[in-house]
Amino acid sequence: MLKRTLLLIVFLILSISLFSENDSLIFLENQTPFEGFAITGKDIPNDGGGGIEIEWSFPDSLDNFFLTVLRKDEAGNNSIVATDLLVSSKQVRDVSSEEDPSRVKDGTKYYYTGILSKKMVDEDFLNMLISKENGYSKNGIYIFNNDTFYVTAETDAIISKASWFNLSRIPVVISLILISFVFLYYLNLAKSGKELYIRKINGLDAVEEAVGRSTEMGKPIMYILGIGYVTDIPTIAGLTILSRVSKKVAEYETKILVPSYDPVVMTTAQEVVKEAFTEAGRPDLYNKNDIMYITQDQFGYAAGVDGMMMREKPGAVFLQGLFFAESLILAETGHSIGAIQISGTTETAQLPFFVAACDYTLIGEEMMAASVYLQKEPMMLGSIAAEDLLKVFIMVLIIVGFVLSIFAYGFNIGIFKNLFDLLARALQV
Amino acid sequence: MFLRRTLPLLVSAIFGIALILQFFVPHPASKSFYNLMLDWLIIVSAFTYLIAVQSTVELHFTKIKRKVEGWQYSIIVLVSLFVTALLGVFGGAFMPTTLWMKIFPSVKPTDTTPLMYTYLYMQMPMQSTIFSLLAFYMASAAFRSFRARSFDATLLLVTAGIVTLGRVPLGEFIYKGLPDVVEWILKYPNMAAQRGILIGVQLGIIATSIKIILGIERKYLGGGK
Repeated sequence: MLKRTLLLIVFLILSISLFSENDSLIFLENQTPFEGFAITGKDIPNDGGGGIEIEWSFPDSLDNFFLTVLRKDEAGNNSIVATDLLVSSKQVRDVSSEEDPSRVKDGTKYYYTGILSKKMVDEDFLNMLISKENGYSKNGIYIFNNDTFYVTAETDAIISKASWFNLSRIPVVISLILISFVFLYYLNLAKSGKELYIRKINGLDAVEEAVGRSTEMGKPIMYILGIGYVTDIPTIAGLTILSRVSKKVAEYETKILVPSYDPVVMTTAQEVVKEAFTEAGRPDLYNKNDIMYITQDQFGYAAGVDGMMMREKPGAVFLQGLFFAESLILAETGHSIGAIQISGTTETAQLPFFVAACDYTLIGEEMMAASVYLQKEPMMLGSIAAEDLLKVFIMVLIIVGFVLSIFAYGFNIGIFKNLFDLLARALQV
Repeated sequence: MFLRRTLPLLVSAIFGIALILQFFVPHPASKSFYNLMLDWLIIVSAFTYLIAVQSTVELHFTKIKRKVEGWQYSIIVLVSLFVTALLGVFGGAFMPTTLWMKIFPSVKPTDTTPLMYTYLYMQMPMQSTIFSLLAFYMASAAFRSFRARSFDATLLLVTAGIVTLGRVPLGEFIYKGLPDVVEWILKYPNMAAQRGILIGVQLGIIATSIKIILGIERKYLGGGK
């Protein structure tokens, strides 16, 4: 017993002598709170570089302890990655950001060390550890001002690098190839002369009726493209329908008003209407000022369009594009002036409003199918057939997932659990 | 023909494919390319704003000149447009370092610049006014839709009644489990229907994108074939 006590005293004196300038620090080299006390690090996979992930796996009893992570680069510069993380968080990322783009440099070797403590780490102690003279190469137990800090050994050198391919997006690549293959197959099939069927879409059949009625009443037609940009597919679909409507307008020699939310959409709409009038053989009827810019303020746009509706009293109103909270304000105003209204959007939250206030509504994909429906070109019909086949495929997947989940979690059958997890993993991006 | 049709189609195809590939490449080179594209988009958009201003000025100037019905409103539009633009150019949006103060050193910093003043005390209340109209429009649209003329309309009426009641404290007071019933309606039948529509929409978006990239869909360029 005496021998052991003497040994401990000698050990303590030796440890203290290492930091003789600071009387309150005691260091016990190579001492660890538990076996396997270490942190690990790796390059963050599938990223653009400049990122390292540090992980740890400590016993659950230490979940409420704090962990501070320090870093040393190959030039010997020390820095703090994160202080006082809860051990239960299990990981932290050391990444470059817009504010500090050169924080983690690709190709540079970095070494990480963790400090485990029951209390939040003392600032003086931390500064002492990261000072150039001391470094933190010594792992062990530090007792500083009566607080105990457990310092891990340095990790191996970790190098960050940029990836050229995001492997986590492989399911997307497979889906993309599959979808493209189905589309190209059906496009070829349509090209070869195979007859394809497309069901009746009442909203699009009503275009002629709406334009005709408006012409008979001597009123203009209003075409509203919503508050989307030209980069939004629903806006492009709206422009496609605009082309058809404009052609009819030119044939009936009436007037079309297109109030726009975005200047790019406005210029595109001007081009579409101009071409449609030319195609109909009436370029003289085209008036650039009928396709005008209102504002890029959501409710300002709604107010502007509503005012125009009340003044011009159009006989037909088309609401085709991307709509949000202004949808009902526009549709109800159109309804109040007695216009025949044909609407279409992909926004599910706005569809009930359109169904309630308009005569015809193109629901989601019907809007996308409009260009196919209106042109009835075989190539176009091919894409609709491909969409339908993919829908069947998705339906089958949903049913399979549904059945598997019932057997897996309803009846607790192991093999189905594995199959369900496999399916979920395969579909996860 | 080449500049009007072939070149735009080529640009659509090349950049469409390039941006699809960019989605799978996390390398900084790919990110730089994406940022470059965004910068181009901003630059092109900035020029189109000039066209927008020109369109607005031309339209309203013509209205004033021809004294069409309500031409007085066009004066308000043009005056507002130029006053706001001048306030923005000379006063800036934020205090204290504005060109306005440099030109007029006697102007002391305040919390609100003239431009922010117009935004906070003119534009915002006007926006709120229009937005608040939605409540009345909802009531009138609901009144029309919920008339029990058919089985579907009756079903809609009953469901809407339950959901509306379950969302207010009175519903819970009448029957404690009503909020749970509402939650079930929204989470299952309603969500299932919404997802059905969304799957169709997403497939439609993919189909349209492929058609644009392949140059099959070209109506957005104006004209047909």
